[in-house]
Amino acid sequence: MTSDQKPTRQTLTLHDTVYETVFTKKFANRKPYAPTDPKRLAAVIPGLILQVLVAPGDAVRPGQSLLILEAMKMQNHIAAHHGATVKALHAAPGDTVMKGQLLVEFE
Amino acid sequence: MKTSPIALMVQPAEDFQMTMPKKMRDHAAKHAEATGTHPEAARRQKAQGKRLARERITAILDRDSFHEYDLFVEHKCSDFGMEKKQLRGDGAITGTGTILGHPVAIFAQDFTVAGGSLGLAHARKITKIMDHAIKMGIPLIGINDSGGARIQEGVNSLAGYGEIFYRNTLASGVIPQISIILGPCAGGAVYSPALTDFVFVVDGISKMFITGPEVIKTVLGEEISMEDLGGARVQAELSGNAHFYAQSEAECFEQVKRLVTYIPWNNRKKAEPVNAIPSRSEVSLEDIIPVEANRPYDVRDVVKAVCDGSDFLEVQALWAANIVVGFARLDGRTVGIVANQPKVLAGVLDVDSSDKAARFIRFCDAFNIPLVTFVDLPGYLPGVDQEHAGVIRHGAKLLYAYSEATVPKITVILRKAYGGGYIAMCSRHLGADFVFAWPCAEIAVMGPEGAANIIFKGEIAAAADPEAFRKEKVREYTEKFASPYVAAANGHVDAVISPHETRNFLLHALEISEGKSELRPSRKHGVPPF
Repeated sequence: MTSDQKPTRQTLTLHDTVYETVFTKKFANRKPYAPTDPKRLAAVIPGLILQVLVAPGDAVRPGQSLLILEAMKMQNHIAAHHGATVKALHAAPGDTVMKGQLLVEFE
Repeated sequence: MKTSPIALMVQPAEDFQMTMPKKMRDHAAKHAEATGTHPEAARRQKAQGKRLARERITAILDRDSFHEYDLFVEHKCSDFGMEKKQLRGDGAITGTGTILGHPVAIFAQDFTVAGGSLGLAHARKITKIMDHAIKMGIPLIGINDSGGARIQEGVNSLAGYGEIFYRNTLASGVIPQISIILGPCAGGAVYSPALTDFVFVVDGISKMFITGPEVIKTVLGEEISMEDLGGARVQAELSGNAHFYAQSEAECFEQVKRLVTYIPWNNRKKAEPVNAIPSRSEVSLEDIIPVEANRPYDVRDVVKAVCDGSDFLEVQALWAANIVVGFARLDGRTVGIVANQPKVLAGVLDVDSSDKAARFIRFCDAFNIPLVTFVDLPGYLPGVDQEHAGVIRHGAKLLYAYSEATVPKITVILRKAYGGGYIAMCSRHLGADFVFAWPCAEIAVMGPEGAANIIFKGEIAAAADPEAFRKEKVREYTEKFASPYVAAANGHVDAVISPHETRNFLLHALEISEGKSELRPSRKHGVPPF
């Protein structure tokens, strides 16, 4: 952002005061925070599903392996964060999944 | 003709007259061969809009000042057919020279020789010139243009990188280190520039990344171009890895030359002074800053109105633009400027701006460059992303850097100095030697609006006319605290000065602090939050 560019004015409210300013690209592109939903397990890293170890209706313990996701040359065991009942599976062995893709839904 | 006995003893062999000129001729041919470039490789380099390594060195250095060393160094690799490959200078050119009269050590990787790949001999040429620069106390300039490790050399290539990184670290704070990225600089190789003080990039030419687009695609399935992943603009604007961004190699070299004039040769010296000249700015300081605390302006106009010749070399101009850092001169002597930028993000401190300023402050402190801080900020940027990105830890870097610095520290509070931001921006409490404030300065925990809304929350709600009552309380708070006089009455501010007096006060403060010495408890090193 150099001084010769004619920026479009934006506003930023801090402590009830509205400041006229321009945003940095990073600030303008920031993603709004969304809390993680404990009922939905998503892939934290892209990779290949090697094995699915549970089925819908299964009760799982915290720490129990649900899937094996191969990523970064490692067979990662994707574990349950908490005890729950599996409602649906959205991944099958052989699937390539993206980061953030839904893998398991809990009741 | 008289003949001495000694002359008789060293009577040359008959072919003497033939031998010496032949050696000279051989040398000239050897030299020409070693400094030459394979025509096809040169053509490919040029086709990419890149200059040859030798052209780059001569473009940066003063005319005829380059003295090359280790031209005839060869690699010792004998695996994978390497024993049959002779690589000119092993792909690295090293030597010393001058830039506008300042001595420098320089190395350039030559992409036309085995893709500028780094083998042990190549690395040892670089570490040798680094050791030389450290010993002689002169800045080191590295030009990076390399495909990466020379895979045929295996771990020896990695050893070469490691030996470079180790010296980058030893040299840090001893001699200024400048990296110019003029081609690919990928994988572990990027850690050498990352350890240096200033990284220069050129649009369309510089590419920096740890893992390239190919690897990212195979491992993660994400597709991205090399330019979008680690091109010059990305490094200068988004990642903050680069400090100077240029459109062409020629522009980049001018930036390098300019920087070299501002910084000292080593940490035992001060930057060479130049003739003092007054500011060239025709704008009066009173006119730059809007009175309303929520209106933006470009703080660089203040810097230019104050410093010699209105000459300001901004560092990391594109990244974290909510804080401005760079070099200027006052009375011919280099100072480091740190200033909040109300034009961008209201001048808040956040993860990136704290990080940027802290690094710059530590450079100035290491190299005896006095710090001048211009304050106008509403505080820290609120946000989940900021908190989760560790604004506490990164913000602490700024406090650490200012507190740690023992060079003269001069602070000018222009307008707002609220809350933690006031403390962080080189307040008296972090050891500022001089704190000046303009009459329009507002030094308080927060702005009057926010403060009144908190203090009188209940009363505002209960009032017959809440809005009128609130406005009255905002006015009351403004009168009481939105000024520099409470801070001045407590000695937190040394002097309230008119804007037009700023340059004079700064010049005097620098003169007074010329012999500043500040002793600290001895320690191996501190443990800053990085």
